[in-house]
Parts: sequence; C-alpha cells; structure tokens
Amino acid sequence: MDRFLDTFFNLEVMARYLPKILSGMLVTTYLGIGVVVSGLAAGLVLAVIRSFGVRPLNALIVLVVDMLRTVPPLVLIVLFFYGLPAAGVPLDGLGSTWLALSLVLAAFAEEIYWAGILSVSKGQWEAARSTGLGFLTTLIWVILPQAIRLAIPPLTNRTIAITKNTALGQVVAVQEILYQAYSGLSFSYNPSPLTLGALAYLILFVPVVIAGRWIETRFSWKR
Amino acid sequence: MNTAAAILDVRALHKSFGAVEVLRGIDFKLRERELVFIIGPSGSGKSTFLRCCNRLEEPSSGSIHVDGIDLLAPATDINAVRRKIGMVFQSFNLYPHMTALGNVTLALRLSLKKPRAEADDIGRAALAQVGLADMAKRYPNELSGGQQQRVAIARALALEPRIVLFDEPTSALDPELVGSVLKVMHNLRDGGMTMLVVSHELGFAREAADRVVFMEGGVIVEQGPPEQIFAAPTQTRTRAFVARLAARS
Repeated sequence: MDRFLDTFFNLEVMARYLPKILSGMLVTTYLGIGVVVSGLAAGLVLAVIRSFGVRPLNALIVLVVDMLRTVPPLVLIVLFFYGLPAAGVPLDGLGSTWLALSLVLAAFAEEIYWAGILSVSKGQWEAARSTGLGFLTTLIWVILPQAIRLAIPPLTNRTIAITKNTALGQVVAVQEILYQAYSGLSFSYNPSPLTLGALAYLILFVPVVIAGRWIETRFSWKR
Repeated sequence: MNTAAAILDVRALHKSFGAVEVLRGIDFKLRERELVFIIGPSGSGKSTFLRCCNRLEEPSSGSIHVDGIDLLAPATDINAVRRKIGMVFQSFNLYPHMTALGNVTLALRLSLKKPRAEADDIGRAALAQVGLADMAKRYPNELSGGQQQRVAIARALALEPRIVLFDEPTSALDPELVGSVLKVMHNLRDGGMTMLVVSHELGFAREAADRVVFMEGGVIVEQGPPEQIFAAPTQTRTRAFVARLAARS
C-alpha cells in the first residue's frame, strides 16, 4: 500500500509539478473554449448555408463533414502540424490542435443543427413566409430558435467529448495538462504528476458536465 | 364582370405535382368585401388553389393578380404582396417559442420594421379583436386550440391584409371550440374583410357566404350563392357532394 501511495500519490513530486499542471490547465481551458466557440459557430454557419439548398454546395458540405467525422482527430492534428507549414501556412502545435478539433466539432455540430432544422415542421416556415418574412429572417427568428433547442442535448454531449480531445495536443507539444503531466513523469520517474493531471481534468470537466445537464433541462420545453 | 373591383383575379391556373395535375384550369375572381367558401371532396385541389393564391405553392401556369399586382411576375416582391394576403392554417402554426403577442408582432417588427412599442400596440389591438386581449403573454402551449387559432387570425390581421385566406380553419378543433373561431370570422365579415375560406362548416357558409364554390378534380364545377349550391345545385356532382355533406353533419 505504501508503495502504491508513493508511486501514484507522492506528495513531494506532486508539489513539485503542481505549477506545471496549473499552467497546463490554463492552456487546456483556453484551447477548449476556443474549440467550443469556433466549432459550434462554424457548425451553425454550415447548417445555415446548407438550408439554402444550393445543391453543389450542399454536396460539398456533406462530403467534407463526413470526412471530418471519419478521420480520427489525432490524425488531423498531426496532419495539420506537419502538413500545413509545408504548404506555407505557419501553424504551431496549439494552432493545429485548435483547428483540427474545431473542424471536427463543426462537422458534428453541423449535422446536429441540420437535423434540428429539418425537424421543425413545414408549417412554421409557411406561417412565417405567409406574413411576408423572407427566407433568412424566417430561418433566424422562427426556425433556428426551435432547431437549436432540439439540438442542445446532443450538442452538449458532442461538445464535451471533443473538448476532452484537447489532450491529443500533447503529441504536437501543446503544453496542456497531459503534456505537463507526462513530462513530469519523465523527469521524476514517478507517475504522480499523471494523477495530478487526472485530477485537473476532473476539476475542469465536472463543472462542464454539470453545466451541460443544466442547459439540457433549461432548454427542454413542451410543445 | 367589373375587373377593377376584383381584388383577387385568377386566370387559367394550373398546378402539377410531378405527373399529377392537381389544378386543371381555374378561373376565379374575388371582389372586395366578398366572403367566398370553397367546398369539395379531399383531393379536389381546393387547398392547393388557396395556397397558390399567396404562392406557398408555385403555380405551373396561369396568372394571379392580387390588388392589381401580378403575383407571378419575376419583378414582384413576393414578401410585400404576402403582407396584403393573410393566411390562416388548419394546424394554426403558431411559433411555440413566442408568446401570443410575440407571434402577432413578429412580422410587424421584422417585415414592416415597426418599432417594438408600436408593434406591441398593433398586436394588442389585433388580439383584442379576436377576444384574446388578456392572453398576450401566454405561450401557444398554454392556450386551447380555439384560442391558438384566434391568435393565428390575429397574426394575419395585424398586417392589415386586403384578403384573408382560411385553409380549413376549424377542422383541427374540438367541436366545442369551433364556435369561438367562427364568431371571429363572422365579426371580420361584418367588418367588411375580404375572405376566401376552404371549409366544410356548412351552417356558417349558409348564413355568411356571398358565394360558394364547388371544386372537384382540379376544376370549379359550380359556383353560386349558398342557397343555390346547397338547395338547388345545377350539376349532378355538386348535388351528390352536398347530399353526402348534409348526411354527415
């Protein structure tokens, strides 16, 4: 038991690496917020573009979305990290991770928003259009508020799942929680920094999960 | 017929869905302050005809003029014309995320660009007109079917339309709620509103309609004053249909 505690809960090692883990939490936080904001916004924009029903454009959106949903996020991160600088787009590890995860979240979010838009009854469109409201006005004021309410539970789940993937940034040297914990392990030959890292993820994500639950109940409403 | 007084003028209207021709040449005029009922069996094209009149359905050919404006001309601002044509649906189609007042004022604010206070005043007046002045803050799911349909009528009236189209306004309602909606329609009629109504509310048609149009198979089979259509139709098909309706009610 003592050996177990000494290995995974070595307070001396933990104290030494706590500042690193804290700085990792900061990186994970702003990377996560960045991914959520840009991913959800890009997904909504894509779904809105799709609802205009321009066929070639929609075929392109569906193709790109399906590709992004198929390829593992880690592959995208590595691809962007090595590929984009070679193509003349200077992007560091943090940038590659943000871009890759944002795109993946955007792809899933687009599908979820789109399903929401489709599930709003045709009568809603007709009622609004018959009062002289234009297509985009109807979409924004009548259809999207209902579609987004329907989309919130699946969107919350997906957002949490993708945000946790910020840990993948470790591979391209993003100094987030896992990176800090892992380098702590390498330097101290003791896995306690990993325990600390796991705690850090708990501290960051438990409130997110709780917020997700709150949002779900807040936005479920009777028809 | 005096064309100047025809506020809705439909000529040689055809509409096909794929290979199925639903409207096969409709000629129809609606004069100002007139209340016209359209009856006919399901599949006769009556709802499609009504929906062509504000281009919720795109006609295949023919012409439609509303208040002198060519509804099908490419240069026509369809949103502007639609503000002159109110529409009331069978299933109400209220916006569930907005209050009754929000439903009524949305187009006033976004389409007519009226400031909120002014839109609210107009909206409250429209709700009062349908007897729902005290329901302004209620959401659709807090209202009965009859109340919802009256809010939907208020939503159409708030834009001060020249015509109101009713697509089976009472057929989704419980029988005891039909009366409240018909009463509102009666008041509108007394106020001189021009109305085109697809409905099988025979009692209402008899007492309030200026003219009843019988449609079947995508054409107007017969039209005339209610006394003629219900009591002495000239066409066999009209007679058969009216007899079936009478037997049902």
